Amino acid sequence: MKTAPQFFRHGPGPLARLFVFVLLSCLLIAEDLRFKYFPELRQTIGVVIFPLQKVAYIPIHIYDQIEELIASFYLVEENIKLKQQYMEDREQLLKLHALAAENEQLRQLLGAVRKIEAATETKAVLAEILYTPRDPFNHKITLNKGSYHGITLGQAVIDDKGIVGQITQLYPWSSEVTLLTDKNHSVPVQVLRNNLRSVVSGMGKNDELELRYLSVNIDIQQGDLLVTSGIGGVYPPGIPVATVLRIERDPADDFAQIISTPIAGVDRNRQVLILSLAQSVPDNPIEIPKIESQKN
Amino acid sequence: MYVPPSGGYIAISLAIALMFNFLPFHQDILIFRPDFVALTIIYWSINYPHKMGMSIAFIMGLMMDVGNTGILGQHALAYCIVVYLTLVLGRRLRIFNVMQQAPQIGFILFVMQIVTVLVAVSGGSDLPTWYYFFATITGTLLWAPISLLLSTPLKQKSDPNAL
Repeated sequence: MKTAPQFFRHGPGPLARLFVFVLLSCLLIAEDLRFKYFPELRQTIGVVIFPLQKVAYIPIHIYDQIEELIASFYLVEENIKLKQQYMEDREQLLKLHALAAENEQLRQLLGAVRKIEAATETKAVLAEILYTPRDPFNHKITLNKGSYHGITLGQAVIDDKGIVGQITQLYPWSSEVTLLTDKNHSVPVQVLRNNLRSVVSGMGKNDELELRYLSVNIDIQQGDLLVTSGIGGVYPPGIPVATVLRIERDPADDFAQIISTPIAGVDRNRQVLILSLAQSVPDNPIEIPKIESQKN
Repeated sequence: MYVPPSGGYIAISLAIALMFNFLPFHQDILIFRPDFVALTIIYWSINYPHKMGMSIAFIMGLMMDVGNTGILGQHALAYCIVVYLTLVLGRRLRIFNVMQQAPQIGFILFVMQIVTVLVAVSGGSDLPTWYYFFATITGTLLWAPISLLLSTPLKQKSDPNAL
């Protein structure tokens, strides 16, 4: 027999080998959690497995094609509906333009510092979700666009309703998005109703976000819409993030417990938009006017 | 009589298993999705231990970790422990037929999931709900079909690469 088990007769025993590999794994885990010395390792493996991920996506692709074929029978109806939607959106946009012009005028009248506009000009790239993790620990998704398509780290990812997350790991042809719901992910937001600023953080659950460190008597109500404030420069301002789900005000605690639920289909979509801020944003766009006015 | 598998066949089977793991699914189905790579590794490790070393399991684990966007080393550690368990239990397991093996495979998969949970918790994650261990049950149920499927090409005396 040509397959004599040489390795087992002469090599170290199973326990010794297990020990070596456990040690190696633990070193890797510690490296990955704490130090991140070798980002190239992840990059290389990411490139190696990309073809497999691509092949695994084929069934979904076929499903999409079939769905499109069926949808093509209803094209006329869909077209009419879309036209109607377009007219409605158009009207809204015209109103918005008028408001923007008026706002500009009023600002000039007040002599206020002009708002920095660069941060609101965005470019969008459509991407498809290649993979969602199989365990509940990782609130991340893999997209089919990477550095080859001009994606960079830190770009915001949205769907048609609101913020989904942020690009946190980049491969040549794919990228990883940390979802809003991830435990280590926070978004600077403000309450649309009263412009109250805060930061909303993930809780590691699928549909719950948390507003931390807001005092018990804070003016926030159930159903309040939270939109991005644009502070920090990662997310463009004014995009919906979450609605407040419930508030627990216990006078014994220092802070109110405010739970909100994301608006975007964080775990439901197949297509998302990757936004890039057209120009590099100043470190803290909101604070610049403040400092200048203090100097006067 | 079974023909010993070639390295190519093992590599292809592992690649296909990895591809199955990478299938994009909806969140609710994800709970039931068994770890095909683990099952394939267990199959080769039980039946042909000299063909399936811990180093291969380790490399598969790393690929799984990157694809799964998890902590690098999480699945690598789990798969190495799986190989160790099959090496320890291997002689016992080879006596049983495929159906009798299933509960013990379930035990190995359970230990593997415990290891991945421990690593995830050490990385700051919350403990998952008990639904997480559904994957062990589906994996146990799929053991018989998968091991039959993997052994089918080996039954023929012809080239096992002709898959």
